Amino acid sequence: MALLTVRNLSLGYDSHIIAENLNFSVNKGDYLCIVGENGSGKTTLMKTLLNLREPVRGQILFGDGLKKNEIGYLPQQTAVQKDFPASVREIVLSGCQGRCGLRPFYNREEKRLSEENMARMGISEFANRCYRELSGGQQQRVLLARALCATRKALLLDEPASGLDPKVTAEMYGLIAGLNREGITIIMITHDIAAAVRYTTHILHIGAAVFCGTRDEYLESDIGKLFMMQKKGGEQ
Amino acid sequence: MMFEKLAMYFQYPFVRYALIVGVLIALCSSLLGVTLVLKRFSFIGDGLSHVAFGAMSVAAVLNLTNEMLLVLPVTVISAVLLLRTGQNAKVKGDAAIAMISVGALAFGYLIMNIFAASSNLSGDVCTTLFGSTSILTLTPKEVWLCIVLSAAVVFVFVMFYNKIFAVTFDEDFSKAVGTNADGYNLLIAIVIAVIIVLAMNLVGSLLISALVIFPALSAMRLFRSFLTVTICSAVLSVVCAFSGIIISILAGTPVGSTIVAVDVAAYAVCYAAGMITGGMRK
Ligand SMILES: Nc1ncnc2c1ncn2[C@@H]1O[C@H](COP(=O)(O)OP(=O)(O)OP(=O)(O)O)[C@@H](O)[C@H]1O
Ligand SMILES: [Mg+2]
Repeated sequence: MALLTVRNLSLGYDSHIIAENLNFSVNKGDYLCIVGENGSGKTTLMKTLLNLREPVRGQILFGDGLKKNEIGYLPQQTAVQKDFPASVREIVLSGCQGRCGLRPFYNREEKRLSEENMARMGISEFANRCYRELSGGQQQRVLLARALCATRKALLLDEPASGLDPKVTAEMYGLIAGLNREGITIIMITHDIAAAVRYTTHILHIGAAVFCGTRDEYLESDIGKLFMMQKKGGEQ
Repeated sequence: MMFEKLAMYFQYPFVRYALIVGVLIALCSSLLGVTLVLKRFSFIGDGLSHVAFGAMSVAAVLNLTNEMLLVLPVTVISAVLLLRTGQNAKVKGDAAIAMISVGALAFGYLIMNIFAASSNLSGDVCTTLFGSTSILTLTPKEVWLCIVLSAAVVFVFVMFYNKIFAVTFDEDFSKAVGTNADGYNLLIAIVIAVIIVLAMNLVGSLLISALVIFPALSAMRLFRSFLTVTICSAVLSVVCAFSGIIISILAGTPVGSTIVAVDVAAYAVCYAAGMITGGMRK
Protein backbone atom coordinates (compact mmCIF):
# COMPACT_ATOMS: atom_id res chain seq x y z
CA MET A 1 0.00 0.00 0.00
CA ALA A 2 1.15 3.53 -0.77
CA LEU A 3 2.31 5.85 1.98
CA LEU A 4 -0.42 8.30 1.12
CA THR A 5 -3.45 7.83 -1.10
CA VAL A 6 -5.77 10.64 -2.09
CA ARG A 7 -9.17 9.70 -3.50
CA ASN A 8 -11.66 12.06 -5.14
CA LEU A 9 -10.46 14.87 -2.94
CA SER A 10 -12.13 18.26 -3.23
CA LEU A 11 -10.64 21.29 -1.54
CA GLY A 12 -12.31 24.50 -0.57
CA TYR A 13 -13.21 27.08 1.98
CA ASP A 14 -16.78 26.94 3.24
CA SER A 15 -18.82 26.21 0.14
CA HIS A 16 -16.32 27.70 -2.28
CA ILE A 17 -14.55 24.87 -4.12
CA ILE A 18 -10.95 25.47 -5.21
CA ALA A 19 -9.89 22.12 -6.65
CA GLU A 20 -11.96 19.06 -7.40
CA ASN A 21 -11.47 15.34 -7.84
CA LEU A 22 -7.82 15.01 -7.03
CA ASN A 23 -6.56 11.45 -7.22
CA PHE A 24 -2.98 10.50 -6.60
CA SER A 25 -0.80 8.42 -4.37
CA VAL A 26 2.65 8.84 -2.93
CA ASN A 27 4.90 5.87 -2.33
CA LYS A 28 7.68 5.50 0.17
CA GLY A 29 10.82 7.20 -1.11
CA ASP A 30 9.03 9.35 -3.69
CA TYR A 31 9.96 12.97 -4.25
CA LEU A 32 6.75 14.70 -5.27
CA CYS A 33 6.64 18.28 -6.41
CA ILE A 34 3.39 20.23 -6.39
CA VAL A 35 3.31 23.07 -8.90
CA GLY A 36 0.63 25.48 -10.06
CA GLU A 37 -0.23 29.13 -10.21
CA ASN A 38 -0.77 31.42 -7.24
CA GLY A 39 -4.07 30.66 -5.61
CA SER A 40 -4.49 27.28 -7.29
CA GLY A 41 -4.80 25.59 -3.91
CA LYS A 42 -1.36 24.10 -3.26
CA THR A 43 -1.11 25.30 0.31
CA THR A 44 -4.70 24.28 0.96
CA LEU A 45 -3.94 20.81 -0.37
CA MET A 46 -0.93 20.44 1.89
CA LYS A 47 -2.89 21.59 4.93
CA THR A 48 -5.60 19.12 4.08
CA LEU A 49 -3.05 16.32 3.74
CA LEU A 50 -1.80 17.21 7.21
CA ASN A 51 -5.35 17.23 8.55
CA LEU A 52 -5.16 20.90 9.49
CA ARG A 53 -8.25 21.42 7.37
CA GLU A 54 -11.22 19.20 6.66
CA PRO A 55 -11.57 18.14 3.03
CA VAL A 56 -14.82 19.21 1.37
CA ARG A 57 -15.15 15.74 -0.08
CA GLY A 58 -13.02 12.67 -0.58
CA GLN A 59 -10.54 10.70 1.41
CA ILE A 60 -6.93 10.77 2.45
CA LEU A 61 -5.54 7.41 3.47
CA PHE A 62 -2.28 6.90 5.30
CA GLY A 63 -0.54 3.60 4.62
CA ASP A 64 2.71 1.88 5.53
CA GLY A 65 2.16 2.67 9.20
CA LEU A 66 3.03 6.33 8.71
CA LYS A 67 2.32 8.18 11.91
CA LYS A 68 1.79 11.92 12.23
CA ASN A 69 4.72 12.35 14.57
CA GLU A 70 7.06 11.06 11.87
CA ILE A 71 6.27 13.91 9.50
CA GLY A 72 8.19 17.16 9.20
CA TYR A 73 6.39 20.28 7.97
CA LEU A 74 7.49 23.67 6.74
CA PRO A 75 4.52 26.04 6.56
CA GLN A 76 4.40 28.75 3.91
CA GLN A 77 3.69 31.38 6.49
CA THR A 78 3.86 31.19 10.22
CA ALA A 79 1.70 33.81 11.82
CA VAL A 80 4.11 34.51 14.65
CA GLN A 81 3.10 37.47 16.68
CA LYS A 82 5.31 40.47 16.54
CA ASP A 83 6.29 40.40 20.17
CA PHE A 84 6.71 36.67 20.72
CA PRO A 85 9.78 36.06 22.85
CA ALA A 86 11.33 32.88 21.49
CA SER A 87 14.97 32.13 20.80
CA VAL A 88 16.05 30.30 17.65
CA ARG A 89 17.19 27.34 19.72
CA GLU A 90 13.82 27.01 21.46
CA ILE A 91 12.00 27.02 18.13
CA VAL A 92 14.25 24.48 16.44
CA LEU A 93 14.04 22.23 19.48
CA SER A 94 10.25 22.39 19.33
CA GLY A 95 10.56 20.44 16.08
CA CYS A 96 11.33 17.43 18.27
CA GLN A 97 7.96 17.58 20.04
CA GLY A 98 6.62 14.64 18.04
CA ARG A 99 9.62 12.51 18.99
CA CYS A 100 9.23 12.94 22.70
CA GLY A 101 5.51 12.23 22.84
CA LEU A 102 4.31 12.50 26.40
CA ARG A 103 7.78 12.76 27.89
CA PRO A 104 7.92 16.26 29.42
CA PHE A 105 11.45 17.26 28.52
CA TYR A 106 13.72 16.90 25.50
CA ASN A 107 16.52 14.39 25.93
CA ARG A 108 20.16 14.70 25.00
CA GLU A 109 19.67 12.99 21.64
CA GLU A 110 16.98 15.49 20.64
CA LYS A 111 19.09 18.44 21.75
CA ARG A 112 22.00 17.11 19.71
CA LEU A 113 19.72 16.72 16.70
CA SER A 114 18.53 20.30 16.93
CA GLU A 115 22.11 21.60 17.19
CA GLU A 116 23.00 19.51 14.16
CA ASN A 117 20.12 20.88 12.11
CA MET A 118 20.93 24.44 13.12
CA ALA A 119 24.47 23.84 11.88
CA ARG A 120 23.12 22.36 8.63
CA MET A 121 21.06 25.48 7.99
CA GLY A 122 23.92 27.75 9.04
CA ILE A 123 22.07 29.37 11.92
CA SER A 124 24.15 28.13 14.85
CA GLU A 125 25.66 31.56 15.33
CA PHE A 126 22.30 33.07 16.20
CA ALA A 127 20.97 30.19 18.25
CA ASN A 128 20.31 32.52 21.18
CA ARG A 129 18.90 35.41 19.17
CA CYS A 130 15.24 36.23 19.23
CA TYR A 131 13.35 34.83 16.23
CA ARG A 132 11.44 37.97 15.39
CA GLU A 133 14.62 40.03 15.21
CA LEU A 134 15.94 37.95 12.30
CA SER A 135 15.62 38.70 8.59
CA GLY A 136 13.00 36.92 6.50
CA GLY A 137 15.50 34.49 4.98
CA GLN A 138 17.04 33.75 8.36
CA GLN A 139 13.59 33.04 9.77
CA GLN A 140 12.89 30.67 6.88
CA ARG A 141 16.07 28.78 7.73
CA VAL A 142 15.00 28.47 11.36
CA LEU A 143 11.68 26.96 10.30
CA LEU A 144 13.49 24.61 7.91
CA ALA A 145 15.74 23.43 10.72
CA ARG A 146 12.64 22.84 12.83
CA ALA A 147 11.02 20.84 10.04
CA LEU A 148 14.18 18.74 9.70
CA CYS A 149 14.05 17.95 13.42
CA ALA A 150 10.54 16.60 13.02
CA THR A 151 11.29 14.51 9.94
CA ARG A 152 11.60 10.78 10.33
CA LYS A 153 9.71 9.30 7.40
CA ALA A 154 8.25 12.15 5.42
CA LEU A 155 8.88 15.85 4.89
CA LEU A 156 6.29 18.31 3.58
CA LEU A 157 7.62 21.66 2.42
CA ASP A 158 5.60 24.66 1.33
CA GLU A 159 7.84 26.86 -0.82
CA PRO A 160 11.04 26.14 1.09
CA ALA A 161 13.12 28.39 -1.15
CA SER A 162 11.16 31.56 -0.54
CA GLY A 163 13.40 34.25 0.87
CA LEU A 164 16.60 32.21 0.68
CA ASP A 165 19.66 33.48 -1.14
CA PRO A 166 20.94 31.42 -4.13
CA LYS A 167 23.72 29.74 -2.20
CA VAL A 168 21.51 28.59 0.65
CA THR A 169 18.80 27.57 -1.83
CA ALA A 170 21.21 25.29 -3.66
CA GLU A 171 22.46 23.82 -0.38
CA MET A 172 18.91 23.26 0.75
CA TYR A 173 17.94 21.41 -2.43
CA GLY A 174 21.05 19.29 -2.06
CA LEU A 175 20.17 18.54 1.54
CA ILE A 176 16.63 17.54 0.67
CA ALA A 177 17.81 15.35 -2.19
CA GLY A 178 20.17 13.70 0.29
CA LEU A 179 17.33 13.02 2.72
CA ASN A 180 15.33 11.57 -0.16
CA ARG A 181 18.19 9.21 -1.00
CA GLU A 182 18.17 8.06 2.62
CA GLY A 183 14.58 6.94 2.01
CA ILE A 184 12.62 9.91 3.31
CA THR A 185 9.53 10.76 1.29
CA ILE A 186 9.40 14.38 0.19
CA ILE A 187 6.39 16.43 -0.84
CA MET A 188 7.36 19.93 -1.88
CA ILE A 189 5.42 22.89 -3.18
CA THR A 190 7.53 25.15 -5.34
CA HIS A 191 7.43 27.80 -8.04
CA ASP A 192 10.99 26.93 -8.96
CA ILE A 193 10.12 24.64 -11.87
CA ALA A 194 13.77 24.20 -12.79
CA ALA A 195 14.50 22.70 -9.40
CA ALA A 196 11.34 20.66 -9.57
CA VAL A 197 12.38 19.12 -12.86
CA ARG A 198 15.93 18.58 -11.71
CA TYR A 199 15.34 16.80 -8.40
CA THR A 200 11.92 15.22 -8.29
CA THR A 201 10.58 11.85 -9.28
CA HIS A 202 6.90 12.86 -9.53
CA ILE A 203 5.04 16.04 -10.29
CA LEU A 204 1.53 17.10 -9.36
CA HIS A 205 0.22 20.10 -11.24
CA ILE A 206 -2.98 21.63 -9.95
CA GLY A 207 -5.03 24.41 -11.42
CA ALA A 208 -7.53 24.56 -14.22
CA ALA A 209 -6.12 21.26 -15.46
CA VAL A 210 -4.74 18.65 -13.11
CA PHE A 211 -1.80 16.38 -13.86
CA CYS A 212 -0.16 13.78 -11.72
CA GLY A 213 2.58 11.46 -12.84
CA THR A 214 6.30 10.97 -13.06
CA ARG A 215 8.57 13.80 -14.00
CA ASP A 216 9.24 12.49 -17.50
CA GLU A 217 5.54 12.02 -18.21
CA TYR A 218 4.97 15.59 -17.10
CA LEU A 219 7.61 16.98 -19.43
CA GLU A 220 5.97 15.12 -22.30
CA SER A 221 2.43 16.19 -21.43
CA ASP A 222 0.71 19.20 -22.96
CA ILE A 223 0.09 20.87 -19.65
CA GLY A 224 3.71 20.40 -18.63
CA LYS A 225 5.04 21.75 -21.92
CA LEU A 226 2.78 24.76 -21.69
CA PHE A 227 3.76 25.49 -18.10
CA MET A 228 7.47 25.10 -18.84
CA MET A 229 7.14 27.42 -21.80
CA GLN A 230 5.34 30.08 -19.79
CA LYS A 231 8.02 29.92 -17.14
CA LYS A 232 10.79 30.25 -19.72
CA GLY A 233 8.95 33.12 -21.35
CA GLY A 234 8.75 34.85 -18.04
CA GLU A 235 12.44 34.51 -17.40
CA GLN A 236 13.59 36.00 -20.67
CA MET B 1 10.71 51.00 63.89
CA MET B 2 9.23 49.66 60.65
CA PHE B 3 10.84 46.31 61.22
CA GLU B 4 9.50 46.15 64.72
CA LYS B 5 6.07 46.81 63.40
CA LEU B 6 6.54 44.10 60.77
CA ALA B 7 7.90 41.68 63.33
CA MET B 8 4.91 42.35 65.46
CA TYR B 9 2.55 41.67 62.57
CA PHE B 10 4.33 38.43 61.75
CA GLN B 11 3.31 37.16 65.16
CA TYR B 12 -0.20 36.86 63.82
CA PRO B 13 -0.93 33.73 61.84
CA PHE B 14 -3.36 35.58 59.55
CA VAL B 15 -0.53 37.77 58.26
CA ARG B 16 1.62 34.75 57.54
CA TYR B 17 -1.29 33.03 55.82
CA ALA B 18 -1.93 36.08 53.68
CA LEU B 19 1.70 36.19 52.60
CA ILE B 20 1.83 32.50 51.75
CA VAL B 21 -1.39 32.60 49.78
CA GLY B 22 -0.57 35.89 48.09
CA VAL B 23 2.84 34.73 46.92
CA LEU B 24 1.51 31.39 45.66
CA ILE B 25 -1.32 32.99 43.73
CA ALA B 26 1.03 35.54 42.21
CA LEU B 27 3.37 32.75 41.14
CA CYS B 28 0.61 30.71 39.49
CA SER B 29 -1.02 33.60 37.73
CA SER B 30 2.24 34.81 36.22
CA LEU B 31 3.14 31.41 34.75
CA LEU B 32 0.43 31.32 32.14
CA GLY B 33 0.44 35.09 31.69
CA VAL B 34 3.02 34.87 28.91
CA THR B 35 0.93 32.36 26.99
CA LEU B 36 -2.24 34.38 27.40
CA VAL B 37 -0.66 37.64 26.33
CA LEU B 38 0.78 35.93 23.26
CA LYS B 39 -2.47 34.23 22.35
CA ARG B 40 -4.14 37.64 22.54
CA PHE B 41 -6.17 36.54 25.51
CA SER B 42 -5.08 39.20 27.96
CA PHE B 43 -8.65 39.82 28.96
CA ILE B 44 -9.61 36.25 29.60
CA GLY B 45 -8.81 36.89 33.25
CA ASP B 46 -11.41 39.61 33.32
CA GLY B 47 -14.02 37.57 31.51
CA LEU B 48 -13.57 34.51 33.68
CA SER B 49 -13.51 36.40 36.91
CA HIS B 50 -16.79 38.03 36.02
CA VAL B 51 -18.20 34.62 35.33
CA ALA B 52 -16.90 33.53 38.70
CA PHE B 53 -18.55 36.61 40.21
CA GLY B 54 -21.87 35.63 38.61
CA ALA B 55 -21.49 32.08 39.88
CA MET B 56 -20.68 33.36 43.35
CA SER B 57 -23.84 35.44 43.42
CA VAL B 58 -25.86 32.40 42.48
CA ALA B 59 -24.09 30.37 45.15
CA ALA B 60 -24.80 33.08 47.72
CA VAL B 61 -28.47 33.18 46.76
CA LEU B 62 -28.72 29.41 46.91
CA ASN B 63 -27.04 29.56 50.31
CA LEU B 64 -24.44 26.99 49.34
CA THR B 65 -22.10 26.27 52.21
CA ASN B 66 -19.16 25.57 49.92
CA GLU B 67 -19.43 27.99 47.02
CA MET B 68 -16.29 26.56 45.33
CA LEU B 69 -18.38 23.55 44.30
CA LEU B 70 -20.36 25.79 41.99
CA VAL B 71 -17.85 28.50 41.12
CA LEU B 72 -14.97 26.29 39.99
CA PRO B 73 -16.88 24.10 37.52
CA VAL B 74 -18.77 27.04 36.03
CA THR B 75 -15.53 28.96 35.53
CA VAL B 76 -13.76 25.98 34.02
CA ILE B 77 -16.58 25.44 31.54
CA SER B 78 -16.58 29.11 30.54
CA ALA B 79 -12.80 29.02 30.09
CA VAL B 80 -13.10 26.05 27.78
CA LEU B 81 -15.84 27.72 25.76
CA LEU B 82 -13.91 30.98 25.50
CA LEU B 83 -10.68 29.42 24.30
CA ARG B 84 -12.72 27.36 21.83
CA THR B 85 -14.46 30.33 20.28
CA GLY B 86 -11.13 32.06 20.01
CA GLN B 87 -10.00 29.46 17.52
CA ASN B 88 -12.69 29.57 14.91
CA ALA B 89 -13.20 33.11 13.88
CA LYS B 90 -17.00 33.31 13.87
CA VAL B 91 -17.01 35.39 17.03
CA LYS B 92 -13.59 36.89 17.59
CA GLY B 93 -11.87 36.06 20.86
CA ASP B 94 -12.04 39.53 22.35
CA ALA B 95 -15.69 40.03 21.43
CA ALA B 96 -16.63 36.65 22.91
CA ILE B 97 -14.83 37.49 26.12
CA ALA B 98 -16.47 40.90 26.32
CA MET B 99 -19.90 39.32 25.77
CA ILE B 100 -19.52 36.67 28.45
CA SER B 101 -17.78 38.99 30.85
CA VAL B 102 -20.27 41.83 30.81
CA GLY B 103 -23.21 39.44 30.67
CA ALA B 104 -22.08 37.52 33.73
CA LEU B 105 -21.33 40.71 35.62
CA ALA B 106 -24.77 42.17 34.98
CA PHE B 107 -26.44 38.87 35.73
CA GLY B 108 -24.54 38.42 38.99
CA TYR B 109 -25.33 41.92 40.21
CA LEU B 110 -28.97 41.51 39.24
CA ILE B 111 -29.30 38.29 41.16
CA MET B 112 -27.58 39.76 44.20
CA ASN B 113 -29.93 42.71 44.07
CA ILE B 114 -33.12 40.71 43.76
CA PHE B 115 -32.37 38.02 46.27
CA ALA B 116 -29.91 39.77 48.53
CA ALA B 117 -30.07 38.63 52.11
CA SER B 118 -27.50 41.06 53.41
CA SER B 119 -28.29 44.69 54.08
CA ASN B 120 -24.87 45.93 52.95
CA LEU B 121 -25.25 45.10 49.25
CA SER B 122 -22.89 47.64 47.71
CA GLY B 123 -20.28 46.69 50.31
CA ASP B 124 -20.58 43.02 49.30
CA VAL B 125 -20.33 43.81 45.62
CA CYS B 126 -17.39 46.09 46.11
CA THR B 127 -15.60 43.38 48.05
CA THR B 128 -16.08 40.82 45.31
CA LEU B 129 -15.03 43.21 42.61
CA PHE B 130 -11.98 44.80 44.17
CA GLY B 131 -10.78 42.07 46.47
CA SER B 132 -11.62 41.92 50.06
CA THR B 133 -9.89 41.83 53.33
CA SER B 134 -10.81 38.16 53.18
CA ILE B 135 -7.20 37.39 52.39
CA LEU B 136 -6.54 38.55 55.94
CA THR B 137 -9.19 36.25 57.36
CA LEU B 138 -8.07 32.99 55.78
CA THR B 139 -8.59 29.79 57.71
CA PRO B 140 -5.86 27.12 57.77
CA LYS B 141 -8.11 24.93 55.63
CA GLU B 142 -8.28 27.58 52.91
CA VAL B 143 -4.54 28.04 53.06
CA TRP B 144 -4.02 24.35 52.54
CA LEU B 145 -6.45 24.26 49.66
CA CYS B 146 -4.56 27.09 48.07
CA ILE B 147 -1.20 25.37 48.60
CA VAL B 148 -2.45 22.15 47.04
CA LEU B 149 -4.01 23.87 44.03
CA SER B 150 -0.93 26.03 43.45
CA ALA B 151 1.33 23.01 43.65
CA ALA B 152 -0.87 21.30 41.08
CA VAL B 153 -0.74 24.32 38.76
CA VAL B 154 3.04 24.61 38.99
CA PHE B 155 3.44 20.87 38.47
CA VAL B 156 1.24 20.86 35.39
CA PHE B 157 3.01 23.90 33.99
CA VAL B 158 6.49 22.46 34.43
CA MET B 159 5.51 19.04 33.07
CA PHE B 160 3.91 20.52 29.97
CA TYR B 161 6.17 23.54 29.59
CA ASN B 162 7.65 22.42 26.27
CA LYS B 163 4.27 21.51 24.83
CA ILE B 164 2.72 24.77 25.97
CA PHE B 165 5.53 26.65 24.27
CA ALA B 166 5.14 24.67 21.04
CA VAL B 167 1.37 25.08 20.91
CA THR B 168 1.56 28.78 21.71
CA PHE B 169 4.26 29.46 19.17
CA ASP B 170 2.81 27.61 16.19
CA GLU B 171 -0.37 25.65 16.63
CA ASP B 172 -0.53 24.48 13.03
CA PHE B 173 2.96 23.02 13.13
CA SER B 174 2.19 21.27 16.40
CA LYS B 175 -0.92 19.71 14.95
CA ALA B 176 0.90 18.75 11.77
CA VAL B 177 3.55 16.82 13.67
CA GLY B 178 1.00 14.99 15.76
CA THR B 179 0.83 17.00 18.97
CA ASN B 180 -2.63 17.08 20.48
CA ALA B 181 -2.90 20.87 20.32
CA ASP B 182 -6.60 20.95 21.19
CA GLY B 183 -5.91 18.87 24.27
CA TYR B 184 -3.20 21.26 25.42
CA ASN B 185 -5.42 24.27 24.76
CA LEU B 186 -8.03 22.63 26.94
CA LEU B 187 -5.44 22.06 29.64
CA ILE B 188 -4.41 25.72 29.47
CA ALA B 189 -8.05 26.78 29.79
CA ILE B 190 -8.63 24.62 32.84
CA VAL B 191 -5.48 25.79 34.58
CA ILE B 192 -6.41 29.40 33.88
CA ALA B 193 -9.85 28.89 35.39
CA VAL B 194 -8.37 27.37 38.55
CA ILE B 195 -5.95 30.28 38.86
CA ILE B 196 -8.71 32.85 38.40
CA VAL B 197 -10.87 31.34 41.08
CA LEU B 198 -7.87 31.23 43.40
CA ALA B 199 -6.88 34.79 42.66
CA MET B 200 -10.32 36.27 43.18
CA ASN B 201 -9.70 36.18 46.90
CA LEU B 202 -6.53 38.13 46.54
CA VAL B 203 -7.25 41.02 44.24
CA GLY B 204 -10.94 40.69 43.40
CA SER B 205 -12.42 40.08 40.01
CA LEU B 206 -11.76 43.49 38.44
CA LEU B 207 -8.04 43.42 39.05
CA ILE B 208 -7.17 39.84 38.16
CA SER B 209 -6.09 40.68 34.63
CA ALA B 210 -3.43 42.92 36.11
CA LEU B 211 -2.02 40.03 38.10
CA VAL B 212 -1.97 37.84 35.00
CA ILE B 213 -0.57 40.20 32.39
CA PHE B 214 1.64 42.79 34.08
CA PRO B 215 4.47 40.46 35.08
CA ALA B 216 4.47 38.90 31.59
CA LEU B 217 4.53 42.27 29.85
CA SER B 218 7.28 43.53 32.14
CA ALA B 219 9.41 40.45 31.53
CA MET B 220 8.91 40.74 27.77
CA ARG B 221 10.47 44.21 27.93
CA LEU B 222 13.67 42.75 29.32
CA PHE B 223 14.11 39.28 27.85
CA ARG B 224 13.93 37.65 24.46
CA SER B 225 13.47 33.92 24.97
CA PHE B 226 10.44 32.07 26.28
CA LEU B 227 12.27 30.46 29.19
CA THR B 228 13.87 33.65 30.48
CA VAL B 229 10.61 35.59 30.07
CA THR B 230 8.70 32.92 31.99
CA ILE B 231 11.21 32.81 34.84
CA CYS B 232 11.51 36.57 35.03
CA SER B 233 7.75 37.09 35.12
CA ALA B 234 7.36 34.51 37.88
CA VAL B 235 10.07 36.16 39.98
CA LEU B 236 8.68 39.65 39.35
CA SER B 237 5.17 38.61 40.21
CA VAL B 238 6.22 36.99 43.48
CA VAL B 239 8.35 39.97 44.49
CA CYS B 240 5.57 42.43 43.65
CA ALA B 241 2.92 40.45 45.51
CA PHE B 242 5.16 40.09 48.55
CA SER B 243 6.05 43.76 48.74
CA GLY B 244 2.48 44.75 47.92
CA ILE B 245 1.11 42.79 50.85
CA ILE B 246 3.76 44.16 53.20
CA ILE B 247 3.07 47.73 52.09
CA SER B 248 -0.66 47.27 52.45
CA ILE B 249 -0.25 45.96 55.97
CA LEU B 250 2.08 48.77 57.00
CA ALA B 251 0.14 51.54 55.29
CA GLY B 252 -3.31 50.12 55.82
CA THR B 253 -4.17 50.21 52.11
CA PRO B 254 -6.40 47.66 50.34
CA VAL B 255 -4.39 44.52 49.53
CA GLY B 256 -5.49 43.96 45.93
CA SER B 257 -5.03 47.43 44.59
CA THR B 258 -1.70 47.82 46.37
CA ILE B 259 -0.33 44.69 44.70
CA VAL B 260 -1.52 45.89 41.31
CA ALA B 261 -0.01 49.31 41.92
CA VAL B 262 3.34 47.67 42.67
CA ASP B 263 2.98 45.61 39.46
CA VAL B 264 2.39 48.78 37.47
CA ALA B 265 5.43 50.42 39.02
CA ALA B 266 7.51 47.33 38.17
CA TYR B 267 6.29 47.56 34.58
CA ALA B 268 7.39 51.18 34.38
CA VAL B 269 10.83 50.24 35.68
CA CYS B 270 11.14 47.33 33.23
CA TYR B 271 10.00 49.54 30.37
CA ALA B 272 12.69 52.07 31.14
CA ALA B 273 15.31 49.37 31.63
CA GLY B 274 14.28 47.76 28.34
CA MET B 275 14.68 51.07 26.52
CA ILE B 276 18.16 51.53 27.95
CA THR B 277 19.45 48.01 27.26
CA GLY B 278 17.68 47.89 23.89
CA GLY B 279 19.27 51.22 23.03
CA MET B 280 22.69 49.93 24.00
CA ARG B 281 22.35 46.83 21.88
CA LYS B 282 21.68 48.82 18.74
N1 LIG C 1 -8.45 31.18 4.96
C1 LIG C 1 -9.03 31.25 3.73
N2 LIG C 1 -10.35 31.49 3.62
C2 LIG C 1 -10.94 31.56 2.41
N3 LIG C 1 -10.28 31.38 1.25
C3 LIG C 1 -8.97 31.14 1.29
C4 LIG C 1 -8.26 31.06 2.54
N4 LIG C 1 -6.96 30.81 2.28
C5 LIG C 1 -6.86 30.74 0.95
N5 LIG C 1 -8.05 30.93 0.34
C6 LIG C 1 -8.30 30.89 -1.10
O1 LIG C 1 -8.03 29.59 -1.57
C7 LIG C 1 -7.35 29.65 -2.78
C8 LIG C 1 -6.10 28.79 -2.73
O2 LIG C 1 -5.20 29.31 -1.77
P1 LIG C 1 -3.81 28.62 -1.50
O3 LIG C 1 -3.16 29.36 -0.38
O4 LIG C 1 -4.00 27.17 -1.30
O5 LIG C 1 -3.02 28.89 -2.86
P2 LIG C 1 -1.54 28.48 -3.26
O6 LIG C 1 -1.66 27.56 -4.43
O7 LIG C 1 -0.78 27.98 -2.11
O8 LIG C 1 -0.96 29.87 -3.77
P3 LIG C 1 0.53 30.48 -3.61
O9 LIG C 1 1.31 30.01 -4.78
O10 LIG C 1 0.31 31.94 -3.68
O11 LIG C 1 1.09 30.05 -2.31
C9 LIG C 1 -7.10 31.11 -3.10
O12 LIG C 1 -7.99 31.49 -4.11
C10 LIG C 1 -7.38 31.83 -1.83
O13 LIG C 1 -8.01 33.05 -2.13
MG1 LIG D 1 0.78 28.61 -1.01
